[in-house]
Formats: sequence, structure tokens, C-alpha cells
Amino acid sequence: MKELVIISGKGGTGKTSIMGAFATLAKNKVLCDADVDAADLHLIIEPSIQSRHDFKSGRTALIDENRCSQCGQCRDLCQFQAISLDFQVDPVACEGCGVCVHFCPENAIDFPINTCGEWYISDTRLGLMVHARLGVAEENSGKLVSLVRNEAKGMAEKTGSDLILTDGPPGVGCPVIASIGNADAVLVVTEPSVSGIHDLKRILALTEHFRVPAMVCINKYDLNQKLTDDINTYVRNSHATTLGKIPFDTGITHAMVQAQTILEYDPFSETSQAIQDIWQKVKDRVFT
Amino acid sequence: MIISIASGKGGTGKTTVAANLAVSLEKPVRLLDCDVEEPNLHLFLAPENGEIETIKTLVPEILEDKCTFCGKCETLCQFKAIAIIKGTAAMTFPELCHSCGGCFKVCPENAIMASYRELGTTTRGHHQDIELIYGRLRVGEAMAPPLIKKVKSYAALDSINIIDSPPGTSCPVIASMSDSDFVILVTEPTPFGLHDLTLAVGAVRMLHIPFGLVINRSDIGNQDVKDYAASIGMPVLMEIPFDRQIAEATTNGKLMARELPGYRENFLTIFEQIKNIV
Repeated sequence: MKELVIISGKGGTGKTSIMGAFATLAKNKVLCDADVDAADLHLIIEPSIQSRHDFKSGRTALIDENRCSQCGQCRDLCQFQAISLDFQVDPVACEGCGVCVHFCPENAIDFPINTCGEWYISDTRLGLMVHARLGVAEENSGKLVSLVRNEAKGMAEKTGSDLILTDGPPGVGCPVIASIGNADAVLVVTEPSVSGIHDLKRILALTEHFRVPAMVCINKYDLNQKLTDDINTYVRNSHATTLGKIPFDTGITHAMVQAQTILEYDPFSETSQAIQDIWQKVKDRVFT
Repeated sequence: MIISIASGKGGTGKTTVAANLAVSLEKPVRLLDCDVEEPNLHLFLAPENGEIETIKTLVPEILEDKCTFCGKCETLCQFKAIAIIKGTAAMTFPELCHSCGGCFKVCPENAIMASYRELGTTTRGHHQDIELIYGRLRVGEAMAPPLIKKVKSYAALDSINIIDSPPGTSCPVIASMSDSDFVILVTEPTPFGLHDLTLAVGAVRMLHIPFGLVINRSDIGNQDVKDYAASIGMPVLMEIPFDRQIAEATTNGKLMARELPGYRENFLTIFEQIKNIV
């Protein structure tokens, strides 16, 4: 069983739309939405949730004013300026380090576990899907990413699936690192813009750092032919490989509005053909 | 005044709005790029003579000749950044450390020495009359918020500060937006744009910051974003229609407020509306 993770560095390059198209094309797979911070795949896949689970992770300090003597030690120790002058803990600023809890001379600080999101196992018209929703302003997105990937792996083993298709988050930080560790391959979706190239270089450096094989596809390639050529040249001299390019196509938006993948909405369009070619190459590489 | 640009969904045009607003406004203007995972503002407004500073965070280093392997630091650490093998060895995992300082304080033997982990860099420079400060997270570093806070610390009281936030709604976004006087949310009128916008609205409301909306590529997709904005009383500050010429120019790092007539005035109008609200 293999796992392919779709990432991009820069947001909005078309990860989720391409993920949706792959979900239409791939057989015998489990889908996993690891962009837990702003999950969107469910909007085109329309999952029917079979089971719902709390995601508990990390702790937040909570001062009990009845026990607190207002000595101020906690405030002096807190490196995150999370304790106010009137001894209230700001749950957003609190890092959950527990230093105040440990050193409070009155034992006046509780340290409950946070429920910071939910995760789900769902049926969809395109197969099983594991996805999640991180609470707004929550931390520990990396842990939730690891959790949904693990659950997807468990489901894939149980159902004898060949492949896990994972929609990753943008950026290069904590949730992205959590989404690519031990993956069999990543597909980076980029676009020919100064921002796209800049971010592509950073995400390829990250995949190299973690030794994950990387493939690249260029979305909206016709918005800037010169930068598309530059990307091809750059990737050729890197550890990654460019698999293909996809034209700018408003059909992707129309499909999204209809809650369909582009392959369902317009299977014979130039875009759908380009994605099928890329999918064939992805399969050849991931399964050999 | 501090104005943050945020979005929920990536690629909706946050950086475009931040850069165009910066060139349009009366100076002094300071641009703070807090999207430290993928900073892009400097590609649109390249600073001259950028001054680069390496930003580090405190992590423990255990002096094994003083350490009695009692395990107090390991018990205190919530992030599994210290492992003690009872009676024999101590190990640290600096990349997991959140720099809370607890281990230094709890160690009865004074066996923990200050060491540092590199988070990334900040670059400060000028693009014409705009001051630009951007953070760049070290590739492989997981924690963005401490570097974001460092970039934000350069906000100046006597100038308009524009913060370009990362996408999403979790801790890096909150670190970027908090303490702002106003948040401009940028979206596109598509199902993904709407969904992530509702999450971003939740985050801004939690911080009790007034906010308004810029709808980019306003003529694609459907009406749902406008209906949503109306239903919650969110002012629409500007609509930018899709224009292939703008899209192509943007790929080359060009700004519509400089290249096309009328846009500078439109961005100034955004600012006038914000001033009236704040």
C-alpha cells in the first residue's frame, strides 16, 4: 500500500481540485484530507459521516481564583505573556507548557486537556475518506494531521486498499512536515508566478530535507509561459521531476460550484486530459 | 494603526491586496510579511539593501557531568523535548522545544545550559518609501509563531502597518492578526473561498477585531459569498473582477495599482472605509 500526498507550498494553486480529480481516477483507495486547518475536499466529495471523534491534544492552564493568592509567580514565569494582571489565562496565548502549573505555590492552577477539533470517517461516492476539522485558533494541527494520516492508513489496511490519496496543507511549517513524513511520494502543485516559483523552491527543499520523493505539476501554466519554462528548468536540476502541466481553466471553478470533480464535470476537456496524463505518470512512479 | 490581511484559503490574493494597499497609501507605511512559511511580498516590492538577522529560540542543553538523571525536567516538559534514561543518560530534542524555560527552572542541579535553535531570519529594508520587514522560516523548522511575533514587533506607532498573514485559521494566523486594529479578509466567490472565509470570520471574531471583505476575482463562482457577507453585516470594501491581464501581470510580480488606471483610488477607498469603521 502506498501513500501519495499532494502539497503546494503556496496556497490556492489547485491542490484540492487536482486531488478531487485523482480521487475520480484512482481505484481501490482511501482519501485523506490532511489540510485540517482549512479543509475543503469535503465540499466536492460530499462525504456522509459514518463516525465522528473528538481530537484531544495539549493542555491549557486554568487559574482557580479561590485557591490563587495572587502572588504573581506564574506571571513572571510565563514566557508567552498569557496571564493577565487580574490572573486570567488567555487561552489563545497559553502554550500549554505547564510551567505555571508546576511552580504555583498554592497549587491553584488546573491543567485540563483541550478538545481542539474533530475527525471523521466517511463514506463518499469516491470511496472511504478520513478528514478532520481543527477548531478555530487551535494549536496542534501537526498532531491532527498525523492522526488522520494514521487513521487513513488503518482504514486502507483493513479494506485492502492499494493507495492513500492525501490532500496536504499549504506552507512549509508544522502541519506540512507532519503531512509528508514517511509518505511514499509527494506531488507538488505549483503555478507559474514569481510567488509560485519562490514557494516551490522552499517546498522542494523541505521534501529533500525529509527525503521524500517529489513530483511536480504546473497548474495554470499558460498564465505565464516563460515562468513555466523556468520551473521546468529548475525542477530538472533538482531531486524532483515535472510530470506535466494543466491549463488555466474556469471549468475547475464551475465544477467546484456543482460539487463535482473536474473529471466528473467535463471529462473530455483539455484540463481533464492533462490531469489524466499526469495521473498515469504518478501511478507509474508510485507503484514501481 | 495595524491592518492585517487574512483569508482562510490560500491563493485568494492576500499578498496582492497588501502590496497594492501599501503602494497606494500616503506614507509612512510599513509592510510586515508574517507569512513566514512562504513570504512573497518582497517579490512584489523588492527591498534594497535588506538587513538580515538570524532569529533563534532558547532550547536546553544538558550538562551530563552535572546531571543526576533525576527526570524532573522530563516530567515537566509537555513537548517531549527531553528524554532521561534513568540513571544513565539525558537526551534533548531541540526541534520539539517550545522555549517555555521550565526545565532550566526545575533542574535541582543547575545542569541545564542555554542553547539555541535557529527559527529563521528577518529581513528589513526599503522599497522606495515603503519599509518592508519579512520573516523567512528555516526550511525544516516547524514552529512559525515565534518568528511571526518577531516580525510583528517591528510595527511602528507613527506609521500605518500592513500585516500579510498566512492562510488558515490556526496558531500562525492568530499570532499574525492579534493586536490588529482591523482585518481585511480576502476571498474569492467560490465554495472553497466561502467555506474558508467562514472559518476566518470565526477567528477574527474570537479576537474581537473589526473586519471587512475584499472579493477577488469577483465575477467567477457564484453569489454565495456576497449573500454570506450581507447576512452577517460584513462590509464589502472592494471587488476586483477577474481580468486575465491582471492575472498575467501578477504572475510577474506587477501591481495593478501601479500598472492600471483607477486601482490606486480604489485601494485608497478601502482605507477610507477602514478609518470610518475603526
